[in-house]
Amino acid sequence: MRKLTAFFAGLLFGIGLLLAGMANPAKVLGFLDIAGLWDPSLALVMGGAIVAALIPFNWAQRQTESLLGAPMQLPVKRELDPRLIGGSLLFGIGWGIAGICPGPALAILLTGHWQIIVFVLAMLAGMLLFTALESRGAH
Amino acid sequence: MTLDWLNFTPWSSLAGGVMIGLAASILLVANGRIAGISGLIGSLLQRGGDGRAEKALFLLGLLLAPLLWGLFSALPVIEFQTGTLGLIAAGLLVGIGTRYGSGCTSGHGVCGISRLSPRSMVATLCFMASGFATVFVIRHLLGA
Repeated sequence: MRKLTAFFAGLLFGIGLLLAGMANPAKVLGFLDIAGLWDPSLALVMGGAIVAALIPFNWAQRQTESLLGAPMQLPVKRELDPRLIGGSLLFGIGWGIAGICPGPALAILLTGHWQIIVFVLAMLAGMLLFTALESRGAH
Repeated sequence: MTLDWLNFTPWSSLAGGVMIGLAASILLVANGRIAGISGLIGSLLQRGGDGRAEKALFLLGLLLAPLLWGLFSALPVIEFQTGTLGLIAAGLLVGIGTRYGSGCTSGHGVCGISRLSPRSMVATLCFMASGFATVFVIRHLLGA
């Protein structure tokens, strides 16, 4: 059952991204260009998502188990460390260059555009590089 | 600041956003997991960890969304404005940055803010600010 809900949630997430316009890199760049001709649509995407999620998330945060009996796995870190800030700043630079973040990247991967294949391969390489650097640091 | 009324899509963006929020809520309420795309991909790239099948199935649903959409209507416009080198640089930065920063637009921007997490609010401010700054530099300083 949890496999089914996970699959359905992924599908709904992807349909939402496509409908919202997040899957179009040109539209994302239009949102990030506040000094030019600004398209504020994506602020509504985030706003709509947060409004829809606030109550379920609030409920979930007070549970130890999910409805289907899985442990509630919420992040426990609290500190505002340099990794959080530096990593997020780097991510924003990459987002600003191409107008693509990880969710939309997967949601348009199978649409047949070569650009998204190049982007996703580079993104996976970046993630693997992080894992390699982390495991080296741990030993 | 000048608004781009021609490309402004308030209703579809709001509706799409609500669907994203509901999807994230389903994964949390039913499966007890945060729908952070970079975190899910990253954890599948590492060895071990629990719930690999659930994580993979969520991502599979995301991958198949355009195929489901295509059964009912034409796909929305997808326009790239970046060349090969830019795409590679952007992909690397997004990959490394989201892993060091523990999240992206979904994990921090949607789920984290919905949990009222101060860490996620700071992360979201950071990637928004550097995203705005990057587009400003590329479009208005370099004139690309």
